[in-house]
Amino acid sequence: MNTVTLTVKKQPELYLECENVNPDAFAGKKADDIAKLGAYQGKEMSTVGDYFTITGEAGATAADTKIIVNGDCTKMKYLGAKMTAGEMIVNSACDMYTGSWMKGGKLTINGDVHSFCGLALAGGEFTINGNAGNYLGAAYRGDWRGMSGGVLRVKGNAGSDVASFMTGGEMIIGGDVDIHLGTHMEGGKIILKGNANRRVGGQLVKGEIYVFGKINVMMPGYKPVGEVDLEVDGTKATFVEYIGDLGERHPKRKGEVVYGKLFMKK
Amino acid sequence: MSEFIIKNGHVFDPVQGIKGDKKDIAVKDGKIIDKVGSGAKVIDAKDKTVMAGALEVHAHVAGPKVNAGRWYRPEDKHFDSHKKPGITRIEGGKSIPTVFKTGYEYARLGFTFAMEAAMPPLYARHVHEEIHDTPIIDEAALPVFGNNWFILEYLKNHEVENTAAYIAWILRQTKGYGVKCVNPGGTEAWAWGLNCLTIHDPVPYFEITPAEIIKGLIEANEYLGLPHSMHLHQNDLGNPGNYKTTIDSLRLAEGIKATNNFGREQVLHSTHLQFHSYKGTNWGDFESGAKEVMDYVNKQKNLTIDTGNVTLDETTTMTADGPFEHHLHGLNHLKWFNVDVELETAAGIVPFIYDPNNAVFASQWAVGLEIALYAKDPMRCFITTDHPNAGPFTRYPRVYSWLMSKKCRDERLHSFKKADKVISATNLATLDREITLYELAQMTRAGPAKCLGLSKDYGGLAAGMNADIAIYNINPDKFPSDGPEIEKAFANVAYLFKDGKICVEGGKVVDMGHKQTFWVDAKVNENKQVMHDIREKFLRYYSVNENNYPVPESYAPHQHIIGVDATKA
Repeated sequence: MNTVTLTVKKQPELYLECENVNPDAFAGKKADDIAKLGAYQGKEMSTVGDYFTITGEAGATAADTKIIVNGDCTKMKYLGAKMTAGEMIVNSACDMYTGSWMKGGKLTINGDVHSFCGLALAGGEFTINGNAGNYLGAAYRGDWRGMSGGVLRVKGNAGSDVASFMTGGEMIIGGDVDIHLGTHMEGGKIILKGNANRRVGGQLVKGEIYVFGKINVMMPGYKPVGEVDLEVDGTKATFVEYIGDLGERHPKRKGEVVYGKLFMKK
Repeated sequence: MSEFIIKNGHVFDPVQGIKGDKKDIAVKDGKIIDKVGSGAKVIDAKDKTVMAGALEVHAHVAGPKVNAGRWYRPEDKHFDSHKKPGITRIEGGKSIPTVFKTGYEYARLGFTFAMEAAMPPLYARHVHEEIHDTPIIDEAALPVFGNNWFILEYLKNHEVENTAAYIAWILRQTKGYGVKCVNPGGTEAWAWGLNCLTIHDPVPYFEITPAEIIKGLIEANEYLGLPHSMHLHQNDLGNPGNYKTTIDSLRLAEGIKATNNFGREQVLHSTHLQFHSYKGTNWGDFESGAKEVMDYVNKQKNLTIDTGNVTLDETTTMTADGPFEHHLHGLNHLKWFNVDVELETAAGIVPFIYDPNNAVFASQWAVGLEIALYAKDPMRCFITTDHPNAGPFTRYPRVYSWLMSKKCRDERLHSFKKADKVISATNLATLDREITLYELAQMTRAGPAKCLGLSKDYGGLAAGMNADIAIYNINPDKFPSDGPEIEKAFANVAYLFKDGKICVEGGKVVDMGHKQTFWVDAKVNENKQVMHDIREKFLRYYSVNENNYPVPESYAPHQHIIGVDATKA
């Protein structure tokens, strides 16, 4: 695997749209060619080379390419977005759309990410070693196709509207979340190690949410059905099982209604 | 203004009956003329196809409903938004493009005129604002009448003269072009949570039937002698078994003759016929009814139709057929938008994915192509996608490739996941016809121009007509058999002349032209009854004052008014 190292040399005046900073765009390119890749700032087109010093060269394919980004990326959007393979490590906080529409590979952010990151994640591993903003792993504004696969892991807290319209994959949040966790979920699994504010699993049709901490205000559409002993992300504990959201339509399998599930750690 | 001479091109012009012969076209002062001087700029069209600019007969491209689609579907724009080099602005949106993209894309496809198919009179200002901002192409808009309270009340007693006077008043207030009728009675019934699925279902409260509305509007349209005929979106759209209702509705035009000074011969234009040509009783035994419907259309000379071809894309459905959009939302559970327009109409919007793996959608695709291929008279059958309902208009080149190449459409047909089911439910596999370039010029140029009453200036290349000319990189002697090649050739014109100016060159927009808004000013005898009714309805029901209703001239500064005198002695 070849490694390309990017170091921020200039801060954009507005925000830099780094749609071409990912292993797929870099694959098969030398440092000079990578520098020529386009990057919008507002409506003006500039290049990756205008803002980053580039060393090393990419592998022949995305899978053979590893990218390390150093320097302050708080005004960089779309880092690692749409990547399908390979590896990318960003040693900074990042702006919106980081790791969105990822299909594969491994993306690690050693810092916080802003809102709308990991949108509609379809595959791969996306790890945030910091806090995340709102709409983490959700669907794009207006869209009804949220996270459908892969693993999204946040070490710290996340904001509101996390994992809206999730249909598959797994999300693990180390800290707390604000309102609207897993709204409109139709599959997948959310593990919340901390607390949630309100409206967890509103309009949830299918899928599972595990909460280790407390939910400030529980949705009225959830009903306790018993207790179960489970091992969740390495922790063995007893959980109270709820079914819901009872206000929603639910699919049937073999004549039985399939409900979404919410597990609260005792 | 400069002079041009387009030399050595293969010209296809149904107006003069030219079928691909080499002919030079001379242009001066925005018009086509017989001869230009030696100083004229020469455009070399060797090995290229030359046609008049195309006309869009039915698309939803401007107004509140289209804009609601834009703001409630940001995801439609997110992956398809770019800035091309040159004078163009950012082009955003796929199924509901921005007004700028709409103008550029139509021009790149060789279009110079587009008809906005449904204008709610109350929101006509918004329609005109968007039309004004759409570059290059000329446009007009059809106000909707089929569920308007005035119309329902007048036609209940078959008061054709009052109906005509009211239509004339609305056209002047809204700067409208003609009479559109969407799901007659059904949209009004929707206010009661009901619908009219046959032409004999009574409209609640008003006690009138869709048949009476359709026939009355046709008669009022001919009473006025408008350039375009009554433009009908029929009842029971999109449901299996609806072909009977379709033929029943078309029968209402029997025996009525076109009365106008614009060379129009039809009295009824039936739009997006694909959605209205289904047999069967449910989606399981669903079959194509295109043959039955087209057999009738072919016989009946006073009808024109457009296809409404499904393009198998993710798109956004939007129509004044409110109950249908609710029905669609029940099928796909995607987000639903609904609005009621006071005394006039309603609208709904639902995103839709025509998944080729689904036998029903693949069959709808086949039905749309069948409609065009069964048409005996290409001057009465026009190609549309009912943009954006069956697919975005930017897919026209692909639709052309399916119609012009049997090989291309068979490849698509046989590669469907449920190909066997589609082949048995439709007749497409048995059809060998390939639409020729001349027929395409009839279906997209001369035909729609005649149907819209614009054949004096549009749709042909005869001397005296508008110099709206599309030149394609197609050599008719070596017509491509490969679908993607046909598609590529039609997607970007080599040149587009609009009013004698080059607006697109090599697929690149180079000039914004001087677009015009067309509307019809019909003079009728003074009608005290109708004016009294209007005043009363505004006082009693409308949320706006009568004085705030008309579209001021500032909303359509580049207007082209077509005058019609319907005063009777």
